[in-house]
Amino acid sequence: MSKVLDDRKYSDSHEWVKVDGDVATIGISDYAQHALGNIVYVDMPETGDEVNQGDDFGAVESVKAASDLISPVSGEVIEVNEELVDKPELINEDAFGNWIIKVKLSDPSELDKLMDADSYKKLCEA
Amino acid sequence: MKNYDKIIFELSKPGRKGYSLPKDKYETEGLKSIPTDLLREKPADLPEVSELDVVRHYTNLSNKNFGVDTGFYPLGSCTMKYNPKINEELCSLPSFTSLHPLQDEESVQGALELYWNLQRMLSEIAGLEEFTLNPYAGAHGELTGLMVMKKYHESRGDHKRKKVIVPDSAHGTNPASAMVAGFDVVEVKSKPNGSIDVEDLKPLLDDTVAGIMMTNPNTLGMFETEITDIAKLVHEAGGLLYYDGANLNPLLGKVRPGDMGFDIMHINLHKTFSTPHGGGGPGSGPVGVASHLVQYLPNPRVVKDEKGKFHIEGNNNEALGNISGFLGNFGVMMRAYAYILSLGKEHIKDVGPLATLNANYIKENLKDDYLLPIEGVCKHEFVFDGLKDKSTEVTTLNVAKRLLDYGFHAPTIYFPLLFHESMMIEPTETESKDTLDSFINVMHEIAREARETPELVKNAPNNTIVRKLDETTAAKNPILTYKALKEQEA
Repeated sequence: MSKVLDDRKYSDSHEWVKVDGDVATIGISDYAQHALGNIVYVDMPETGDEVNQGDDFGAVESVKAASDLISPVSGEVIEVNEELVDKPELINEDAFGNWIIKVKLSDPSELDKLMDADSYKKLCEA
Repeated sequence: MKNYDKIIFELSKPGRKGYSLPKDKYETEGLKSIPTDLLREKPADLPEVSELDVVRHYTNLSNKNFGVDTGFYPLGSCTMKYNPKINEELCSLPSFTSLHPLQDEESVQGALELYWNLQRMLSEIAGLEEFTLNPYAGAHGELTGLMVMKKYHESRGDHKRKKVIVPDSAHGTNPASAMVAGFDVVEVKSKPNGSIDVEDLKPLLDDTVAGIMMTNPNTLGMFETEITDIAKLVHEAGGLLYYDGANLNPLLGKVRPGDMGFDIMHINLHKTFSTPHGGGGPGSGPVGVASHLVQYLPNPRVVKDEKGKFHIEGNNNEALGNISGFLGNFGVMMRAYAYILSLGKEHIKDVGPLATLNANYIKENLKDDYLLPIEGVCKHEFVFDGLKDKSTEVTTLNVAKRLLDYGFHAPTIYFPLLFHESMMIEPTETESKDTLDSFINVMHEIAREARETPELVKNAPNNTIVRKLDETTAAKNPILTYKALKEQEA
C-alpha cells in the first residue's frame, strides 16, 4: 500500500506539491515511485526556466519505463534538487522527502484544480 | 563449458597470431603503401589470439545463447517465429553473397529483380501502391514514413501541420520517431477495452494535424474495429494515417492496411517474414505508400523498364532524399522473399489464424491464475496484468525470471504502459500444441509457487548461468568496453 501525506496536494499524473508562501515544492508520489520501480535517472529543468501547469518539465527514467514529469503549477523554477543527479534512487527511498524542483508560483489559484490527499487516495485505489 | 565467461581480451598473449606470412616478403608490404602521417603511433590494443582460441571462444559463447532454435520465445510484439532453414540455404548462394553494391546494373540484374519482385509482393500484401526496401529496421522505417508524411504536407505548402497523434498504448518507437522527424507528439487515450477513444480523438483533429500513427491489432492484441471511422475522420481533417507494421502477422493475406485507410506503413521483414532477429539486428523496415505519395519515397529506387531490365534510379528531386547508403539490408530481403515464395499466396493466409489460435489458447488456459484486464478474442498476442493473486507480492518481473529457470524465454514485460504489471505474450504460429501446453503448465506451476513458496519466485532465476542482474547499476553505470572494465578494476 502506497503512502499518501495529508500536508500537500496532488495531480492526476501523480506529482505532489507542497506550498510555503509563494514557493511550491514539487515531487512525485510514493504511488508513482512504486509503479515506476527502480529509478535510474531524473531529467530536470534549470533554475530560471518557466514551467506551466499541465506541461512537462522533465522526466523520470526507471528500469521499467521513462515517464514525463507534468508540472502541477505554473511559475519560475528557483531551485532544482541537485542531489538527484547522482542519487536518483533517493526518490524510491522517500518520494515525499526528496523533492525534484521548487517553483515560485505565478498563479496560486491553480492550486484549486489539484486534488487533496483524500481524493488522491481514491485515485490510487481505483 | 556452460559457465564459460571469458572476454576475448582476457585470452590475449603477446605475439600470438592466427596467421603466418612469408618473412620479408609480405609482412610489411601493406604498411608501406600507407602514408606515414596516416599510420598510428602506437599499435591498437587488439587481442592477440590463435585461430583455435577464436573458434573455441565464440563457439562457447554461442552455446550460452537462447534463441528460437533452442526454445520457446513468447516475446510479445517481437514475432519470434521459426526461421525456416531454406531461407538460409538460398541466401547463402555465392551468387548473392559475393555481390558488391557498386557493381554495375547489368551484372546484378538478378538481385534487382528480387528487390523489385519483393517490393511488388509487399505492395499486394499491404494494399499499397509501392514500397521502398531501403530502411534498415522498423524504427528506421517509421522515420522514413514520417519524412514522407512531412514532405507531402510541405510540398502542398501546408506548413502548419506539426502534430502527430499517437495512442497511449503505442510502441515507444512511434512517439520517438515522430519527435526525431520534427513533429510534436499528441497522445490520444484508450478506452477501457484498449482501443482508441474516437471521442477523445475528435477534438485533436484540426488543421495542425499531420497524421496519426497506429498499429492494428493494437499492442493489447485487440483489433481496432473503428479503424475505418478513424481513417475517415483523420482524412477529413487533412491528415495521413501511418500503420506501424510490428503487428502485421495476424493479418497476412486476410486484411490489408491500405484497405483500412492507411496511407503509409512500414513492415518489419525480420519479424513477419521470418528472418533471425533480436539483439539489435539485422533488420529490414520497408516502407509502403498509397499512390498519392509514391513520388516522395527515398532515393534510390529500383525500376523495371519496358524491356524487362532493372535499373537503379537515384535522381528523383521530389524524393525525401536518401535514407541509406545503398538499397538496404539485402540479406534480410532474400530471406523474406524465400519465405513468401515457400508459403505462396494460398498458405500465407494460414499464418494469422494459427498465430491467433495459439495466443487465445494460452490466454484462455491461464486467465484463472493471471489477471486478464481485457476480455475477448485477441489476435496474435495479449497482455496479462501480472498474477491474479496480488497478496503474494510476486511481480511480473519475478514471474519472468522464474520462467528462465524452466527453460523458456520471458515474455515482454512492463509494456504496454497501460497496466502496472504488463506481461505481453506472443506465441506465433510456428509453435505446436505440445509446446504451448508445456508453457501453460509451467505458468500454472509458477502461480502455485507464488502462493506457496513466494521467496523461490522472488529470488529467481536460481539455475541460470547468471543470477538476477543488478539492472539499476547496469542502467546507471554501464561498463561497455574492456578498457572501461580495466579502469573500473584498477
